[in-house]
Amino acid sequence: MNHLDLLTFARGDALNWALILFAAGVVLRLFEIFGLGRKADLAKPRTNSPGSGWRTVFTRSLPPQGLLKREPVTYVGGYVFHLGLFATILFFAPHIEFFDDLFGISWPNLPSALVDASAVASIVALCVLLAHRITNPVKRMLSGFGDYLAWALTLLPLLTGYLAFHHLLFEYTLMLSLHLFSVELLLVLLPFTKLFHTFSVFISRWYNGDIFGRKGTAS
Amino acid sequence: MKQTDFPKVLQGTVGEGLEQRGITRREFLKFCTALTAMLALPPSMASVMAEAIAKARRQSVIWLSFQECTGCTESITRSHSPTLETLIFDLISLDYHHTLQAASAEAAELARTQAMQDNAGKYLLIVDGSIPMGNPGYSTIAGISNYDMLVETAKGAAAIVAVGTCATYGGLPKADPNPTGAVAVSDIIKDKPIINVPGCPPIPVVMTGVLAHFLTFGSIPELDDLGRPKSFYGETIHDRCYRRPFYDQGKFAQTFDDEAARMGWCLFKLGCKGPVTYNACATTKWNDGTSFPIQSGHGCIGCSEPNFWDAGPLYKALSMPVSATASMLGAAAVAGAAAGVAITWHNHSNKASAKAAHEKVTPQELLREDK
Amino acid sequence: MSATLAKGINSFKEVIDTPIASFFSSCVHCGLCAEACLFYTETGDAKYTPIHKLEPLRRVWQQEYTLFGKLGKTLGLSKPVTDAELEAWEPLVYDSCTLCGRCAMVCPVGNDLTYMIRKMREGMAASGHAPEDLVGATTRAVTIGSPMGIKWPAVLAQIKHVQNETGIEVPVEKEGAYYLVLMSSMEIINFPEYLSALSRIFKQTGVSWTLAQDAFEATNSGIQIGASDLAREIVSRIVVAAERLKVKCVISPECGHAFTALRWEGPNLIGRPFGFEVKHILEVLDELHTAGRLKTKGKDKRPLTYHDPCQIARRGGVVEQPRRLLNEVASDFREMPDAGVMNWCCGGGGGVSANSRAEPLRLQVFKHKKEQIEATGTQTLITACANCRIVMEEGLEHHHMKVEVIGLTELLAQYLVEDNTP
Repeated sequence: MNHLDLLTFARGDALNWALILFAAGVVLRLFEIFGLGRKADLAKPRTNSPGSGWRTVFTRSLPPQGLLKREPVTYVGGYVFHLGLFATILFFAPHIEFFDDLFGISWPNLPSALVDASAVASIVALCVLLAHRITNPVKRMLSGFGDYLAWALTLLPLLTGYLAFHHLLFEYTLMLSLHLFSVELLLVLLPFTKLFHTFSVFISRWYNGDIFGRKGTAS
Repeated sequence: MKQTDFPKVLQGTVGEGLEQRGITRREFLKFCTALTAMLALPPSMASVMAEAIAKARRQSVIWLSFQECTGCTESITRSHSPTLETLIFDLISLDYHHTLQAASAEAAELARTQAMQDNAGKYLLIVDGSIPMGNPGYSTIAGISNYDMLVETAKGAAAIVAVGTCATYGGLPKADPNPTGAVAVSDIIKDKPIINVPGCPPIPVVMTGVLAHFLTFGSIPELDDLGRPKSFYGETIHDRCYRRPFYDQGKFAQTFDDEAARMGWCLFKLGCKGPVTYNACATTKWNDGTSFPIQSGHGCIGCSEPNFWDAGPLYKALSMPVSATASMLGAAAVAGAAAGVAITWHNHSNKASAKAAHEKVTPQELLREDK
Repeated sequence: MSATLAKGINSFKEVIDTPIASFFSSCVHCGLCAEACLFYTETGDAKYTPIHKLEPLRRVWQQEYTLFGKLGKTLGLSKPVTDAELEAWEPLVYDSCTLCGRCAMVCPVGNDLTYMIRKMREGMAASGHAPEDLVGATTRAVTIGSPMGIKWPAVLAQIKHVQNETGIEVPVEKEGAYYLVLMSSMEIINFPEYLSALSRIFKQTGVSWTLAQDAFEATNSGIQIGASDLAREIVSRIVVAAERLKVKCVISPECGHAFTALRWEGPNLIGRPFGFEVKHILEVLDELHTAGRLKTKGKDKRPLTYHDPCQIARRGGVVEQPRRLLNEVASDFREMPDAGVMNWCCGGGGGVSANSRAEPLRLQVFKHKKEQIEATGTQTLITACANCRIVMEEGLEHHHMKVEVIGLTELLAQYLVEDNTP
């Protein structure tokens, strides 16, 4: 199969199935979570509470008192990785075209050089975080196949995108196909790995804010 | 001897023809120098090429046209005479060509078979158009199917040049649903060297460059893994495009003829396939270097690539899905919801039976009897 | 009838709800919860990582309530939760967790691990994997009326003692009183100063209050061992008494988990909202102070600091009240590092102090509280939980520190302006 045919497949059937499995998987997982329900809390909540579920969805992104000093690598690495990833996915013009075609929405893009830098920062952060995961006793104890798989699933789109953009490793059209395949793999597996935190983080943070908020100590 | 004279002109050679036309040696050397550069050969090859072409016997060329639109012929013979490309064609013996030949009917076919006989093993076979395999009757010449004519004529050819995307890769007729069962030359002929010169149509000077190579060296130029001469098809349009700085800066035209388009910004968003298309358009250009699609404001459609007609809509950017839609996602979400409802029902009954199975804990039951 | 593994697994299945499913789905194994947990930071032992303590519950969630988990279970590909595993997890869930809630404050994806540990204990208890000492305390709480086995006559003796000391009558079984006052066993036995302080303050501020004969015990071992059926029985006594005496508000004493049990879990245990309010004594004192009814004179000259009991501050929302009150009676009140909602646990809450097996660990991790106190340069520590008080006294002794621990109510009473004050 020549490279253009492979690319057409990657942009066509492969993408269609990946998107279908992704959408179905996300919805299924949401049902799995919400379907269990929660008993109403019959204790009277505090009324002068400044926090709430919705607020914690955002504020939980900030490091709490004392933790940044204890674990700078996790926090800084986490921020650089996530921000770099979002910048790369959302502000690269070709990617915006993807969303525009699918959903009819678009927004201004960043110069490609800036996006390139974000991708590099993200990749470097991922490597640092992997090294930390392997050497830090708590993370090492907690980590298993799922964690390393999630790491690879996240790294590959960034790496293949970078390689394609810079015409490295393989012929461009082939590299672009590999980039698309890596994204498709990520989409299919995301709902069933810890990467589902992409969606469930809003739910878990909300409950945290709600539970603590009733007591007056949401953060 | 005057500088403008050829060293020695032989009868029935290309050199003779040039002299008859009053082409000076300087002019001819200039042409060969340009051609040498385009073929990515060292400048010293220019005089070698000039010598070889001058001495060459006029090469017998048979041109077969199958399921084609004649665009390739139009392109190649779109002469701005007098140009040297046209002269090159006077330097070959074009023994059979539907559009250009004077003869017709049996006389035409006789010219073909005679040339095949006279130049057995030495003639160059040029093919444009795809070959239908669905039914031989879809395309015939003098009652002979394209397939039969190709196989028969290829037997005595020194080499085959497949011209245009139809002959090289199947082209437009092969596009989905391919009603005629169109295939490329290389799908049928397996035992002869084939040079693919794709494009819809190919650039004229690409054609002549390939011929000049063959005339000079009697061999095929270096080909890529799709059979295309690397000297013309070794780089993508994107990598040689003059609008590339705009791509890198993220400056794109949004619609045809908008402000950005008029400023000459990148046409990626308008579907340009430059990044995945290998051809010489961005450097060699068309109409004797006048322009090429992107320069004229239209994105590259990838016409020198196999199956480019089926590679997604022409006006969809490369990063857009070929066929995915939001409603597809919606349907998938609905399917996920159906599965979700099923699993929720199951989870619910699982939890309910756990609750039903709850045995009230008493202080005695905090201990294990078997401990 | 005995505890069984099946009952335990069944309990796990019962307690898993949407929040827990979202928490397990979101956990990315970042390990930050360990950095907030006293038991990890003071030992460096990775097994004390909070999310790790929940592993058996997570597997039950996965195998029972997720598509692929269920598939794996059906195909025999998943690891079932076994008795051996729960036995190994018992010290993690009970000895090295006080339900202090720090982990829940730091988790970047918002997991409330405290909520999960509390629910996991339901299964641990039902399967017979709760610590022996806690079983004993709970049994006594249910059968006798208090975890230390105290009965009304002992309370009565204390009441008489307090009345003699203060000259104020302690109201008992007064129907229509505004407040029903509860006490913890710890106060009854170790800190009778609480009751005398309360008597004097309430007399001065004109508060109408009462004790109940059949519901004097505030603590709830059922919460700590994690057996809601038993916790329900224990809390119901209070509800019955409160409704019988038609009080408007029940005061939870200087005790952390008693407040959690009554204020936050109580209505959910009995399945209906309370018809009365529940307040911590600090909230009541603060209200009286703000209203100008509680007057003090003079200030304690000693440099002192305040320990925030976890269930009262972080898990209870009573953070500013003790500070307002302390500023009235202390001239040199110094906050310790991380004071307030992120303060560190004394190490003995959630049943740990009742668990003798956990004592060495508890004393080891007290190191952090020691450092916090030393950073203030004070030798007087104020708090508002009798369990914290006892745990810290033991910790201070173990670490050879000369620090006095005083209850806040008791301190306030020392500077109370009473009618017979000159």
